[in-house]
Formats: sequence, C-alpha cells, structure tokens
Amino acid sequence: MAKRLTCDVVVVGAGMVGAACALYAARAGLDVVVVDRGPVAGGTTGAGEGNLLVSDKERGPELELALLSARLWAELAEEFGSAVEYEPKGGVVVAATTEALASLKDFAAAQHAAGVMTEVVDADQVRSLEPHLAPGLAGGVLYSQDAQVMPALAAAHLVRASGARLCTGRTVTGVLRTAEGAVRGVRTDDGEIHAPAVINAAGTWGGDVAALAGAHLPVLPRRGFVLVTEPLPRLVRHKVYAADYVADVASDSAALQTSPVVEGTAAGPVLIGASRERVGFDRSFSLPVVRSLALGATRLFPFLERVRALRTYVGFRPYLPDHLPAIGPDPRVPGLFHACGHEGAGIGLATGTGHLIAQALGGKTTDLDLTAFRPDRFSGDEVNSP
Amino acid sequence: MAERPHLAVIGAGPAGLAASLAAAVHGVRVTLVDAGTEAGGQFYRQPAAALGARRPQTLHHQWRTWERLRTGLDGQIAAGRIRHLPDHHVWCVERESGDGGFGVHALVGPMQDDGVVVRADAVLVATGGHETVLPFPGWTLPGVVTAGGAQAMLKGGLVLPGRTVVVAGTGPLLLPVATGLATAGAHVAALVESADPRALLRHSSALAAQPGKLTEGARYTARLLRHRVRALVRHTVVEAHGTDRLESVTVAALGTDGRVRPGSERRIPCDTLAVGHGMLPHTDLAETLGCALDGTDVRVDDEQRTDVPGVWAAGEATGIGGAALALAEGHIAGRSIAARLHGSAPDPRTWAAAARARTRLRTFFAAVDAVFAPPVGWVEQATDDTVVCRCEEVTAGEVRSAVGGFGAGDLRTVKLLTRAGMGWCQGRMCGPAVAGVSGCTLTTPRRPLARPVPLGVLAGVSEEGLPALSEEDLE
Amino acid sequence: MNPLELADAQPGPAFTVTFDGRTIEALPGQTVAAALWAAGVTAWRSTRGAGRPRGVFCGIGMCFDCLVTVNDLPNQRACLVPVRPGDTIRTQEGTGHDG
Repeated sequence: MAKRLTCDVVVVGAGMVGAACALYAARAGLDVVVVDRGPVAGGTTGAGEGNLLVSDKERGPELELALLSARLWAELAEEFGSAVEYEPKGGVVVAATTEALASLKDFAAAQHAAGVMTEVVDADQVRSLEPHLAPGLAGGVLYSQDAQVMPALAAAHLVRASGARLCTGRTVTGVLRTAEGAVRGVRTDDGEIHAPAVINAAGTWGGDVAALAGAHLPVLPRRGFVLVTEPLPRLVRHKVYAADYVADVASDSAALQTSPVVEGTAAGPVLIGASRERVGFDRSFSLPVVRSLALGATRLFPFLERVRALRTYVGFRPYLPDHLPAIGPDPRVPGLFHACGHEGAGIGLATGTGHLIAQALGGKTTDLDLTAFRPDRFSGDEVNSP
Repeated sequence: MAERPHLAVIGAGPAGLAASLAAAVHGVRVTLVDAGTEAGGQFYRQPAAALGARRPQTLHHQWRTWERLRTGLDGQIAAGRIRHLPDHHVWCVERESGDGGFGVHALVGPMQDDGVVVRADAVLVATGGHETVLPFPGWTLPGVVTAGGAQAMLKGGLVLPGRTVVVAGTGPLLLPVATGLATAGAHVAALVESADPRALLRHSSALAAQPGKLTEGARYTARLLRHRVRALVRHTVVEAHGTDRLESVTVAALGTDGRVRPGSERRIPCDTLAVGHGMLPHTDLAETLGCALDGTDVRVDDEQRTDVPGVWAAGEATGIGGAALALAEGHIAGRSIAARLHGSAPDPRTWAAAARARTRLRTFFAAVDAVFAPPVGWVEQATDDTVVCRCEEVTAGEVRSAVGGFGAGDLRTVKLLTRAGMGWCQGRMCGPAVAGVSGCTLTTPRRPLARPVPLGVLAGVSEEGLPALSEEDLE
Repeated sequence: MNPLELADAQPGPAFTVTFDGRTIEALPGQTVAAALWAAGVTAWRSTRGAGRPRGVFCGIGMCFDCLVTVNDLPNQRACLVPVRPGDTIRTQEGTGHDG
C-alpha cells in the first residue's frame, strides 16, 4: 500500500531555501513535510560558498530582501552560532583603478541611501583591512553586513530545528489538484503527501516542479566552479572581491565570465569563485574556467600563488531572466507557493524568503511587497532569449 | 612524412612499462610520465640511485621480469622512442578541443611547485592503486603505518620503521611485507590475518587457473617460519596503544561471524604496526576525462579501451589484480594503441597469451577478493571517539551523528556535514572507512584535481609546455 | 642484518641535517622520512585540530600525514622529498602557515 502523509504544507526541496521555509512555517505553527529526491543540501546548496551578501546588490527589491535576510540570519546565529559556521566577517570590494573606484563609490552611495552600511576606504585602509592584498589597488568599500555560513550545515540544522518530517530520496512526480484547480498535495514515487499548500523550493529545478502544477516558471542553470585551497590560518579576513563582480552577477551573457571572489572559512580553506556560464546542466570539468579563477585570485592575493588548491566543484545557480527570485503565491494555481530562482544568492536570501513565505501562507501582510517577485511575471517568450 | 603518433603513458609500474614497450616497438612515440624517481611503480619500487644498492633484488621477487622490463625501457629510451619523465606528478589530463588530442598536466619535482604539460594523441591511464586501511582505536599513532608504506620505505629508502613489527589486516600483500621486513632485520612479532587463506582452496577453479600462486605462498610461509614469525590467522588488531607513539597492540581472535571472540584479546608489545585491508584503484584522471567506471574500477573492453576515444587503461586502475595481471593488460593496451593510432584494427591473436593470462588472473583475484574481505565486525571496533578521517580529524561518532541526527544517506552528504574527506588526501584514505561507519555505499568522489596544485601553476603563471618528441629526437 | 647491508648499499658519504635543532645524520638518496626513521624519529607533525603527533602513514605520497616543514617551506611530504645536506627540518604545527 502506498504511503500517505497529511500535513499543512509540503516543501519541495531540502536545500537552504526549503530549509528556511520549513523553519519559518513550522514556527508559525504549521505542520510541515520536506521532500527531496536527493539528500539535504544535495543540489546548489551543497555546491555553494555560503554567501550572505548585501554588497553585490544594487538598490531595489533584491537589496531589500537581502537586508531583511541579513537581520534574520543574525537572529538565527544566536541560536545556531558556530554549528552552522556563521561568521559576520564583512565584505571588502576593491577597485584597481581610480575610475573603477569612482563608480564603486557611486554604487555604494546608492546602497547606503537604501540602508546598507558602507564605508569607503582608501588604498592604505584596504591594506590594513586585508594585509595580503596585492599592492597598488586604488581603494574599496567595506560592507560590514556581509557574512557567511557553511551552507550544507545551515540547511541540515534548520531542517532539523524546524521539526518538519524530512523525506529524502523521494521524487515529486506530480502536484495534486482539486476539481477547482487548487493544490491538495503532491504525488511522489513513494506515495502521496496531502496538504492544502505546496512550496516550490526546488532551486535550479524549480521550473520542473512548477510545470508539474501546470505553471510556467523559466528557471535556468548558470554554472559555477569553486576552488578550495589547503587549510590556512586567517590570511584572508573578509569576503574580498573585485568591483567587476557586480557587473557579472547582473549580466545576461551566456558566455563565460569570471571575477575573483576570495574568502577564508572557519574550517581553514580559502574559497575561490566565481565563474558564470550558461551551459545547461553540464557537470564536466573545465580546466580553462578553473584556470581563470586561479588567475583572478592570485592577482588579488599574490601569496596564493604558492598555496595549493585541493579540490574544485561545480554547481548550478538557479536564475530567472530578470535575475530576481520567484517568491510568493502563484495566482494561477491556488495553494502553490514559489521560493526559488535566487541565482547565486539563495543562501543569503533564504531567511527572508522563508519568513515572507510563512507570512504569505498564514494570509498575513508580508513585511516586503512581493510584486517584483511575482511568479507569474514571465510571459513564456523569454525562455529562448540569450 | 607524417609524424609518428604520440602516446602519453601515465604511470611507470608494470602496466605502464609493458604498454610503453609494446607501443614503442610498434612505431608509437611514447612519453612515460611517472611520479616515481625511478621506473617500477610500487611493485618494482627501486632504491634511489644515490643509495648505491648493488643487490636491490634481495628486496624483491620476480626480479627477472623486472630486468627484462628495465632492459627494454633502457633500449627504447636510447633509441629515442620512449621519453621517460620521472618525478612528474600528473594532476589533470584534459581532452583538448579541436584536434581530439590530450594535454597531460604534471607537477615537477619533489616539491611539486612547477608545472609542465605534455601533449599527446592518446593516453594510457596506468595509475595503479593504493592501500586502504580501516580505522580502529589508536590507528593514528606514529608507528602505525600501512603495510604497503612499510614496504615502500624499505624498498625505496632501505630503512625500517622500527625494531619490533606486527603486520596485520588482510590480503595477499601481508605475507610479502612480513617476509620482507623480517629478511631486512626487523623482528616481526606476529602476522595477524583476519581471513583464513585456506579458504582459497575452496575456490578450486581459481587455484587451478593459477597454480604458481600456491607455490609463491608456500615460499613466503617457509621464509616466515625461518624467521620464527608467529602467524595468527582469523585474528585482528582491535586497538593500538601508546601515548605519543605506538607501544603495543591488542589482537583478538575472530569468530565465524567475523566478530571478536570475547576473552581472546592479548597484548603484543611492538613499536610498529604495518596494517592494510586491501587496495583501491586510482581512477581520478580517468574519471575527469569522462571514462565510465564499474564500481571503483575504470571500465575497459577486451583491448583495454575505456569508453572515451583515445583513452586506454590498464593495471590496478581497472581492478586490483597484482603485477602479473598489470603486465598482461599493459601489453594488450600497448598493442591495441599501436594499431589504433596507425588507423588499423588490432589483431587480438597477436596478444593471445597475454589475454589468456589476463583471464586466469582475473578469475584468481576475484577469489582473492572474496577470501580476504575485511571482517564484518570492524565497524564495531571503530568506537565513537576513533578518528576515521585522518586529515580533518573527524571521528566515527561525528559520522554516525550525521547519519542518525541529520539523515545523511550518502558519502557526499556525510562529507558536507562532517568534513570527512575534505582534507589534504581528499578522502582517498578514509573513503572505505566513512562508507562502512555511515552505512553508505562506497562511491568515488569526482576529483578534477588529482593532486594538490599550486594556484600559480593552475593560473598558468608557472606551467610550461614540453616540446613534443620531435622526429629528430628519434633518429 | 639491516636493509642497507641486505641490498649491499654503498651510498656516498653521510651528511648532517637538523631536526628541531638537533643534528642528525642522513644518506644521499634518502627521503626526509627515511632519514628521520633511520634516526629513530617517527613523528614530525602536530595536527591542526587536536594537536596530535603524526608521521609516515602511507609512505607513497597519498595520505599527506607526513607533512613537514623543510627549510621554512611547510606542507612538504617527507616520504617524497629527498633530504639534502644542511636541511633544516622542523616539526610542523597546525596548517604549517601559522606564525
């Protein structure tokens, strides 16, 4: 006999966003089941660096979500602290030339006006913040709200703390609907799970889950490699990246882009990103991409030339054509909520997303206006655009 | 005149040498890229030249086979058909876009801080294997070494790990290690084998296929007797004792259920424990090239071809089976490569003898695998405070709580939640241990970087291209 | 019997190196690990977590347990690196990069 579970809400996806949705929904008093075809943190969460960033977001709805999320992460840190390797270490964005510094300052000023803590630093101050940086940089901006967690640990701890029933290794094969079209649960390869609400937190595979409910949501993969070094003492203190990273994040290009993003971790290794390519779900190793990451990192931090990379791994950021996530109820399918498409920011934006989803589930007014994140904002023509 | 095709052979053990010779004799230019300072691999590991060993054969067996390989290699090097690059540590083989060739990226020298790249039309992966050791309390103490490590240090460095040695674990390697150490002057206090080698007799088809192995075993046993080595069959080491270094081990008898028989424990004083529980193939380079695996082995066809065009594999990388099997597979691979690179289909009749040997030896080692399986009770011996991942110092208890507390059900998730396998060795040593303790299937993680690579080399700042062997070199 | 006698080794003249300030003898052709073993030393690293001693484990460059600092360069595999006259070998603490 097929298993049958009943609950208040089914979260599809046991990554960071699904974990945060489960936690906030459970804390709002709902009975939650989390289902994933793989393990906890088996998708993009397990392949990420754990960035909780406000620094790389320009003024707008995503930045507001990032600020809300940063506050919520700081709250969760009181509870989970070192178990999830939360580090409020701050970010330093550096500019190589005075021209780049000027535009970085403008960018930061707009962020500051939107509530971001920014501090413009000159060349000497940059070096005192990060003594091992290459000489000759023009200056930078310090973002003290940037932080980091170890994403797989964070997802695992949040799911466990939520008290949700966790069904891993179980694939959702359909979304159950009433005669009126409202959601009444999901069908899986191991029985049905009945609930009046389903949250699509399937990340890069969120488009497929939406399609099971007959909804169009064009989530596409944007591949990234991460390089991991040998364990080191704290030679890199902040998250450090070059100003052109922000342009790459916002870019629509399918071609390879790399901009160096370098940070130390609580466990010792330095993590090096960030490459962006649109090559589908191709997991094969690309030496040229990893080479460009290494080149960028050693230019920022020359001491890294002699430091050894121990491993590299690949992941797929879930991105939507306008680079904003889909968050909130789907007006096309009553009872279906989306919480996916966060591109490279899903770890950071998970808390705000989970909080807003829990408010929406409870029929409350959400702390942020969800209009910009409306899941039905795509016409269906954009899938084939470059 | 068209240039002769160029083959890169990775690994100068028995498989790589046999393949290089077969290919070179049949008109292929070969670059033999090897991490060792001398050719020979682990089985024929040679003392460093500067040690001036006049009788290295006293540390070896099947020496005549080695002399034939060595003479062949010297001849082909002199004729310019083989270029031997010792002390070259390959970290990635890249399929290059365009002409279908390959780039073999290696770190040079013992510090491994400079890079070179060798370009080739085809690649043979003959990367061998490494020993696995399953954890037990005290196994991280200095003085506890792998059985193969003790042998390697003896053969290569002419040095012993200590005065009083216990050799323990399971597998056909233990016997030669114990006799080698005893012959070189160590006091081997006990040979502790968890399996019962007599069970091999039940695999009559395997022994019929390989009668020589019985004689080989008998010869070792006679040498052990001569050195008065106590052999404890169906016994296991349950704990290594000491504060900052090994002082003794506790051994115990195993019941028919593979678990320690209560009350059978006894202590043996020793300063060295040489321990091993079988071997695993090195498949990182092949896997990054996209070659399919069968379990932990690189999958090959009858010609030793992988499923990636231009990539062959031979020896332990395709399944653990010892030096003789590696020689047969290497020879077949070399003949196949020579024919294929010259645009023709090879004639398997030209390697019929090697093919027969390959069949016999694979049958034999399937039986060896079955007989020398680690005892099921080892997982219970790994107490919660026993370190399983030596690099990141992750304990069995932490692994168990990732499974019990967070529902991890596969090795990757266990790694993400505990760091087991994230350190310098990238899980090469702890893979089987973590799999056993967590109850997860042993899977080989993808390791696109087969060795730690300085970021400067990776960035291409300090990597130089080696010129291909030119036609002039060949004259 | 010892291994050098067994293999009838005739190495060049021995030279000295230091290990944690102590002078030890080494032979040309030996690795750092072989020279340390020959001098009775079995541990030359202290782990970065629990500070436990480690030395050779796999002996073939796979396990990285034998990491050591040679001439101020940390994280060298003692089982691979040849010992050279005058080498300063130090017990490696933690990551090898700490102060």
